[in-house]
Amino acid sequence: MEVGFLLGSLLKIALLLGYLYGLLRVMGHPKLWVKALGVLAAFAVIQVALTDFNGFKLLNAFDQGLLFQAATMTMVALGLNLIYGFNGQFSLGQWGFYGIGAYCAADITYRWVNGDARGFLVVGIGIILGGLAIWGIGAFLKRYRGIPVLSSFTFYILGVVAAGFLAVKLGALLNPLFAPLLGTPANPGPLASGLALQVVFFFAVIFAGAFTAEISFLFGLPVLSLGSDYFGIATLGFAIVINTLMVNSDTILPFPEMKGGRGMIGIPKLTTWFWAFFFLLVVIILMRNLIHSSTGRAIMSVREDETASRAMGINVAENKLLTFVVGCFFAGIGGAVYAHYIGFLSPGTFDFLVGFNPLIIVVFGGLGSMTGTIAASFGWVFFLEGLLRVLLSQMGTEAPTWRYVLYPITLLLLILIRPQGLLGNVEWGFLKSVKVASRQKEAGTPPTGDAPQSIQEGA
Amino acid sequence: MQFPLSSSKPGIPGAVKKRAPLAWVGQSFLIILAIIVVAILGTNLVKDPSLFAQYFISGLQLGFVYAMIALGYTMVYGIVKLINFAHGDVFMVGAFVSYYCVARFQLHMWPLNVFPSMSVGLATILGSVSVILISMIVCVVLAVTIEKVAYKPLRDAPRIAALITAIGVSFFLEYFGALSFVYTPRFIPYERPFPVTAWYIQDGIHKVVAGVTPPAGAITFSNIFLIIVVASIIVQIVLQYLVRRTKMGIAMRATSFDKAAARLMGINVDSVISFTFAIGAAFAGLGGVLYAIAYSSIWAQLGILPGLKAFIAAVLGGIGSIPGALVGALIMGQAEAMTMGFISTPMRDAVAFTILILVLLVRPTGIFGEPEQEKA
Amino acid sequence: MRKLRIFSVLILAVMILAACAPAGGSDAGDDAGSASAGEIKVGVLVPLSGQVSTFGVSTRDGILLAVNQWNEKGGINGMKIVPIVEDGQCTPDPAVNAANKVIDQDGVHYILGEVCSKAVIPVSEIASAKGVLMITPTGTADVITLNADGTAKPYVYRACFNDSFQGAVGAAFAFDNLGAKKAFLMTDQANDYVKGLSETFKATWLEKGGEVVGEASYTSKDTDFSAIIAQIKDANPDVVYLPDYYNIVNLVMKQAKEAGLNIPFVGGDGWDSSDLDLAAADGGYFTNHYSPDIQSPEVTKFLADYGAAYKDDTGNPKVPDALAALGYDAANMLFTAIQTAGVDDVDKVAEALDNIELVAVSGTITIDEFHNPVKDLTILAVKDGKVNFETVVKP
Repeated sequence: MEVGFLLGSLLKIALLLGYLYGLLRVMGHPKLWVKALGVLAAFAVIQVALTDFNGFKLLNAFDQGLLFQAATMTMVALGLNLIYGFNGQFSLGQWGFYGIGAYCAADITYRWVNGDARGFLVVGIGIILGGLAIWGIGAFLKRYRGIPVLSSFTFYILGVVAAGFLAVKLGALLNPLFAPLLGTPANPGPLASGLALQVVFFFAVIFAGAFTAEISFLFGLPVLSLGSDYFGIATLGFAIVINTLMVNSDTILPFPEMKGGRGMIGIPKLTTWFWAFFFLLVVIILMRNLIHSSTGRAIMSVREDETASRAMGINVAENKLLTFVVGCFFAGIGGAVYAHYIGFLSPGTFDFLVGFNPLIIVVFGGLGSMTGTIAASFGWVFFLEGLLRVLLSQMGTEAPTWRYVLYPITLLLLILIRPQGLLGNVEWGFLKSVKVASRQKEAGTPPTGDAPQSIQEGA
Repeated sequence: MQFPLSSSKPGIPGAVKKRAPLAWVGQSFLIILAIIVVAILGTNLVKDPSLFAQYFISGLQLGFVYAMIALGYTMVYGIVKLINFAHGDVFMVGAFVSYYCVARFQLHMWPLNVFPSMSVGLATILGSVSVILISMIVCVVLAVTIEKVAYKPLRDAPRIAALITAIGVSFFLEYFGALSFVYTPRFIPYERPFPVTAWYIQDGIHKVVAGVTPPAGAITFSNIFLIIVVASIIVQIVLQYLVRRTKMGIAMRATSFDKAAARLMGINVDSVISFTFAIGAAFAGLGGVLYAIAYSSIWAQLGILPGLKAFIAAVLGGIGSIPGALVGALIMGQAEAMTMGFISTPMRDAVAFTILILVLLVRPTGIFGEPEQEKA
Repeated sequence: MRKLRIFSVLILAVMILAACAPAGGSDAGDDAGSASAGEIKVGVLVPLSGQVSTFGVSTRDGILLAVNQWNEKGGINGMKIVPIVEDGQCTPDPAVNAANKVIDQDGVHYILGEVCSKAVIPVSEIASAKGVLMITPTGTADVITLNADGTAKPYVYRACFNDSFQGAVGAAFAFDNLGAKKAFLMTDQANDYVKGLSETFKATWLEKGGEVVGEASYTSKDTDFSAIIAQIKDANPDVVYLPDYYNIVNLVMKQAKEAGLNIPFVGGDGWDSSDLDLAAADGGYFTNHYSPDIQSPEVTKFLADYGAAYKDDTGNPKVPDALAALGYDAANMLFTAIQTAGVDDVDKVAEALDNIELVAVSGTITIDEFHNPVKDLTILAVKDGKVNFETVVKP
């Protein structure tokens, strides 16, 4: 009986990996219409499998939940892989940024369906003003050479706080305009239902990503100047502080609707397979294009050797910061999608211990391999939550306690067998570098799997 | 997009001392922060000195416990550059071993059972010390086993692989320990090998009598506080001696400086690394027992938070430095106790990490850390 | 390196084999997903790993005891009960996965669990959306059984008091019976249960004209409470309200005793555990669902059965805590309702639950319009190494 389950679950994981392979292959096809059709088909296959045909569903809600979790985990892990795998900055704080994205987006849509547009307005205006402030201060500080990090940090934080304050005031000012259109929860107005809500959700996700990115800019600016392991500890601290703030979101922070440690309820469950798939593709495409651009080559050169890249005219500090911000942007998007899938946020989800999961996935998939991260995220969710859960509950009432005992053992063994990660530097289809010229160039660089070794030696 | 950023690192020794532009902005930022901290502490000290002293004592107790754990982190990191996340769980195992010794096997009573005529005081000391020694030995065995099984095969692999196995080992110890036939997931009231006595200071030192609240304004402390402080200081001295004066200590320092060269000098690097793990684990075991005696409640995930705090303390003090671990741990302990007392408990971690980040920004390798030398 | 690989692969293979080994012997039976006739599947969602697994294990044991008793009696109307135990980890995503799994994969119509409110809330939404009846033994947050508009969720019930009741009774008891006027509140901001109790305590306390002389917050990971104890000593209250679980109570009260603090502590049902340090908690009072001292036949029988079924590490019969009793009651509520309804039909069972009157371990239970149980609340006193029955408060 259990053997059947084991084989069934393994088959499921294998099929899923095959699906991902096919998707990436077809995305890598040179012809645009093949690409478009292929992506549509990939979307449709799962969409059909999730559709209820008279009570028959190929994939039930359990699988659907795992799929959504895997998709969000992929976004978070890809962000971390960009920061750590491609740029060599050892970050343990990805989970905190994920949480910021989740809470930010949840607050926007929660307020929106409850007849309050302030969440949307304040965050929207805030990220624009904050972005302008950062840009303006950046331009101003450019006139000076060699400003201490702490000084520029002080400027930026003052600017962003001022922008945020202005945004809150503006949001409160503009809110009455929206109130009649939003209606009340019992009687939603034209802007709080149907298509309009979907549009708001889209913007909420983007805003959450941008908001996370700006926070990560402020945090990364001083902290990235620390060494690699010190940076890791500082980011871990950031994740813990964020978790503390979530627990106290209704006492220290002024957000009563987040309900602190009790958890935020009533978030509209807007994440559908379309949105999960869409944002996953957005993240994959953005990251792939970034990596295959000249900026991407600069990012990787910083990982290989900071001194040499500085000699090549790369601004190492800027480069690290850019990577960090983009990686956190992905985490924020992942968090936003997650919040609207589960419909309930509690600080326990964002505990720093859970935060090791993206790191485990990234390392296990292979540092510097997008394919590895994507495959490992899906494999990890379907192994831990799918296979082990199904298998162990078949084996009696005591067996589920073993789930988290078998998991670290498996992890240990797999790492001992393949310390360089599952897929090392293999890339599938779309994620491969397309240009022949750059591929020849890449052949000359050392294999990606050994990269962290060289970081620590060079640090 | 372009992010204008300075590429100069603050505090690199030997850099040309030229006043950086706008440095006053960052400096005044730091000064304002410092003024706020001093103002908070100062007003509270003036308002209620005895309360302040009470917090100070609890901060000291925490700090000295952290110091014992931090030593293991700092030495292991100094030698193999590995954040040994399983160290906190070794600490937990130490607490549990002593629990089994005391509650199950009554091992702390052996002197009285063997020599019934022995005085109770001496017997308690002997019994407690033997319980502590057993815990330390079990921890040493455990840590060396972990090192051989999980870290040694990965010594030439990317460093992150060892970090992931460390996390894996840590998870394993926690969740395996929580199985119903190991320690069970319960919070277990810890039986102390010796009774705790408390005193309070007000017009001299008086013993606290159960059921009688000490007068307002009295400062209380307990024998376990004194034991922790003394044990922690002894550990520091022993370790200093070990590292500075013994052959093994020299080998350890050589290995941490340059592994390859140490090997060429005839040092058995593997056994030095194992020895480092063993020493760290012994101190963690000692810390675990004292921690359990002080707070008298144990469970399978006991080690996570003290472990993390101790690691932060080690980084704060300058990782790889033994006095740094002590100083960092004391700062952490005070920061926690003072935040708990005067700001609010939830902000404790935030304050601790802010201190860490600020210290690292001013001194990138921690308070006692040696500046990283550029390797060609 | 090569040897290591072969070795690791071997171990992995052995592990997988070992995981499959009980296959032959286990009676897990036929294909999941299709419930065969004569069988009622019940999903049991409790935290079995992580920080609060100790509460999950107690609850699970209580539920399984009830399941075994019903099965020994020949099942519900001849239908055997098959429990499917899942680890919900007291965290939203695993709990949601577990709920989805038992509903979709195993096809259960009834769920007993989760334990913590933060996991119960998302599960309750799934259950009411999918028409699966669930009874949470211990989820105390008021919103669990309520929709956003204040109506009751159709298929969601609980077997314990909600936060507002217990906190209010605790405050009334401390004010009226203990004659306290100044209270000090200790709250774990991250724990919804503690926070709920403490907020209602404060509201009732102020309403009664009491004074709150201090509040302190801590986290469940703390072990050193000396700073808070110093604050308490400074504030000099008549009573300290500490509505947390026994592990925190043990730590706080022990440290308070050692600092010479002699002020009564009052708490909630979280105190109830065989691991409560009775010496440390001496002089404390707590509100609870039942007392092993109550001489009712249900309690006596439950104590005997539980002790016979579960032994502690030294082989002595275990004393059930409140969580075990609530798990047992929740399971009995469900099974009785199914028996009354006579069929495996969720709507009929829900109707039977609405009209249930069950003489359970925690008193006679009826269900109010918001799907909360109406039952007596017991107040217990810790004195001289024993937990004594103090008084009963009628709803």
